[in-house]
Amino acid sequence: MKIDFLPRGLPQRRAMLKSLAGIGLFASCTGYALAQFRVEVSGVGMTQLPIAIAPFRGEAQAPQKIGGIVKADLERSGMFRSVDAAGVSADENTRPDLENWRKKGADALLTGSVSPLADGHFDVRLRLWDVVRGQDLGGQSFTVSQADLRLSAHRVSDFVYEKLTGEKGIFSTRIAYITKSSTRYTLWVADSDGEGAQSALTSPEPIISPAWSPSGAQLAYVSFESRKPVIYSHDVASGKRRLLANFRGSNSAPAWSPDGKQLVATLSRDGGSQIYAISLSGAEPTRLTQSSSIDTEPAYSPDGKFIYFVSDRGGSPQIYRMSRTGANPERVTFTGSYNISPAISPDGRWLAYVSRVGGAFKLHVMEFATGTVSAITETVADESPSFAPNSRLIVYATQEQGREALMTTTLDGKIKARLSGAGGDIREPAWGPFPR
Amino acid sequence: MKRFFTSFTLSLLVAATLSACGSSVKLQDVPVEDRAASSSGQAKDAAADSREVAPVQIGATQAPMDGPAKVAKIVYFDFDSYIVKPEFQGVVDAHAKYLMASKSRHLAIEGHTDERGGREYNLALGQKRAEAVRRAMGLLGVSDSQVEAVSFGKEKPAAQGLDEASMALNRRAEINYR
Repeated sequence: MKIDFLPRGLPQRRAMLKSLAGIGLFASCTGYALAQFRVEVSGVGMTQLPIAIAPFRGEAQAPQKIGGIVKADLERSGMFRSVDAAGVSADENTRPDLENWRKKGADALLTGSVSPLADGHFDVRLRLWDVVRGQDLGGQSFTVSQADLRLSAHRVSDFVYEKLTGEKGIFSTRIAYITKSSTRYTLWVADSDGEGAQSALTSPEPIISPAWSPSGAQLAYVSFESRKPVIYSHDVASGKRRLLANFRGSNSAPAWSPDGKQLVATLSRDGGSQIYAISLSGAEPTRLTQSSSIDTEPAYSPDGKFIYFVSDRGGSPQIYRMSRTGANPERVTFTGSYNISPAISPDGRWLAYVSRVGGAFKLHVMEFATGTVSAITETVADESPSFAPNSRLIVYATQEQGREALMTTTLDGKIKARLSGAGGDIREPAWGPFPR
Repeated sequence: MKRFFTSFTLSLLVAATLSACGSSVKLQDVPVEDRAASSSGQAKDAAADSREVAPVQIGATQAPMDGPAKVAKIVYFDFDSYIVKPEFQGVVDAHAKYLMASKSRHLAIEGHTDERGGREYNLALGQKRAEAVRRAMGLLGVSDSQVEAVSFGKEKPAAQGLDEASMALNRRAEINYR
């Protein structure tokens, strides 16, 4: 059942979307499932903006179906639902029959085209219409190589998202993840929908805990290639690697400071797993925690003033917070007996973490302002949450039907999408920053 | 001049009315902003470059070297436990004796966990197991410089499967000579 509580009209809906973005959690209501593009919707809100995306003229002959990529992007965001526009013939120069689109229930309409150029590049053009107010909301064009056609589709999605919600879209950002085949571990860098993956590192030994530098140029990670956990930073474009921490014992859980000048990580060089600050200049690491218990999984707050981390100093693993120098540790999670893998949203308002409930490991979200905690998945083996740079989506690893999978979810858990990617075991997602 | 403006305004009004009626009048020369171009061609190229990923391949790792003959190399642990059980004291003793007699030999104690829980937290738990074995050797007089305690967490299970028998095989510390 679908009930429309909202006053009709795009401006109101848009205002609603913006305020929703502020509130974060949608009102709960009866749901329906969208099968296409692997987007699962549960308890959908009426606050999704209905948008018609006409097939891009020329896309049937192009290597990438721009319209389809944009549709999947927008649906995955949780902010939009698509209105059927199959078979519609239109491009960015068409003056569309907006009254007809209004009757079909669309509040916005996207048209565009993709044309091959003589030099092998493609010209991608778009135009966005406010159907309700009968307004042209503007257009864009990109000239891209064939390899960048998917990227141009994600840039189209970013344009639409920003025009209609007032917030920056994350579709043209990148994610890193790790796959395991029988003999190889591979670190991949992919589009935000998991596709277009390029291999950054393959190794016969495990790779875990990838972490993007704030600039998006480097990935730090833990590699076991020397038969012990060692931290590298890896320039993604050049493949140049640098050893960041190879101290006696284990070296793990790297996290960059927001200014990109240092990392925090877990070292066992002095016995026991403790948190250290590691400067990129190669200076001696500074020990930040002084406990006889496990302290690990450090994560900076976006302002760089605090470090969140996991400690079992109280008898069970819980999330704590301390100053960036290690002073004044205080406990953050109080429900449950196993809370790990903290991730702080870039806007500083949300904490995502994994909590054991019964025998299940489930992704939870805490709103700092209220302390409200919600379990937002139905799965039982969730791991490694990572926020999108606009703080509106989380990517995480889980298991579905006994196989590893990567999912994105809105913060309220209502809209989830399974990311495509190489077959086999897939884990350890890390969402990259906005391009600088 | 004034008349020109009036007629111009009038034609604008007509156009506006037409478009408001949702007719499919084709707009002439709809200007298409080119942000990519306006933010300059170099920016576009830079963006394209930054998308490229140079693949790196790591070759085979070195296999562990032999230690004392006919001595077990694995110490198993109970669930949620980091204590070397009495039945494995013999394994610890044999390696300790060998190390004290061969000061040039080095070994790594590699801690492992079963697959329940987070990767990093399990890495820290595996570290506790490795360090428990290292301390047991230290108590027997083995020099710390001959022994390194490291962890693989849940990354290298000895047995696949979620049954208790498989998981018990995974809660272990392996002793490997280097």
